[in-house]
Amino acid sequence: MKKQSFKKGILVAVPIAVGYIPIALTFGLIAQQSGVSLLHTVLMSGLVFAGASQFMAINMMMSGSGGLEIVLASFILNFRHFVMSISLQDKLSSISKLNKILLTSGITDETFAVASLHEEKSDRFFFSGLFLTSYISWIIGTILGGVLSNVIPADISESMSISLYAMFIGLLIPAVRKSWKYFVVSGFGLGLNTLISLFLSTGWSIVLATLGGALLGILFTRRKS
Amino acid sequence: MTNHIAFIILGMSLVTLIPRWLPVWLVDRFTPPSWVRDWLNNIPYAALGALIFPGILSVEKEEPLIGFMGGIVAVGLAYFRFHIIIVVLGAILTVFMLKYLLF
Repeated sequence: MKKQSFKKGILVAVPIAVGYIPIALTFGLIAQQSGVSLLHTVLMSGLVFAGASQFMAINMMMSGSGGLEIVLASFILNFRHFVMSISLQDKLSSISKLNKILLTSGITDETFAVASLHEEKSDRFFFSGLFLTSYISWIIGTILGGVLSNVIPADISESMSISLYAMFIGLLIPAVRKSWKYFVVSGFGLGLNTLISLFLSTGWSIVLATLGGALLGILFTRRKS
Repeated sequence: MTNHIAFIILGMSLVTLIPRWLPVWLVDRFTPPSWVRDWLNNIPYAALGALIFPGILSVEKEEPLIGFMGGIVAVGLAYFRFHIIIVVLGAILTVFMLKYLLF
């Protein structure tokens, strides 16, 4: 039973891994080409596990930004995981605090989306399988990119940058097919983000659009009690 | 410089992990009213909408249409209930072909 849950967690994470490996590989390549050591590159993937902020950090290091600036920018860009973590707590109820901490460490846009759209609840084996598979594929991709940086030209792995977006679409469409209300909610998120991203950075824009879109969505999804 | 990078990584790690952890303590302390639950329940869908667009346009910085077309193909495949891996591969293939064959 436990083994089955764990296996199911691994299986649902396969599309995440398919998306992560080329992106982590690209990250490894770029970091190497920017002169960051392989140890530091892998350390960043292991300790931060948030793709966009990792690319941004390398970018900022290259343009000579200060350390504090990079850390602050990461905070802003990754703050959306706070909102996602709040939303996920219900699914993790009756799991021990320590395990909750371990599991929430693995929250990314992708693991959150997959975890929250599956029925499983309070099943730490399922969530461990999901988060670990994603995490390990991220690390493996980074190491591959670092090691292969002399062999692979960066532009080949670049055309795979669509894969995470395609995964988001692949997650959203079935939910939208089930109920038009979720189509409206995601439309609010999309519309608000398009608007806000004209004025604010990507990270803040996604935070505000997510919160605002979900709030506006209440108008349509509120259950009469 | 080497030490400097290690400190940046550690700092990034802390500011990324702490927001992921905080709700573990916060949510236990109070039971949210029903409209808040409804709000939280909507978050994945609003987040997906926000994560997809306009980010997908920057897949190929020079030509936003490439990412857009990849997205359309993904929507089509997902709509006809293809497995998510086929959806992802279809979008990659579309981007690859547009990038190297047409432009």
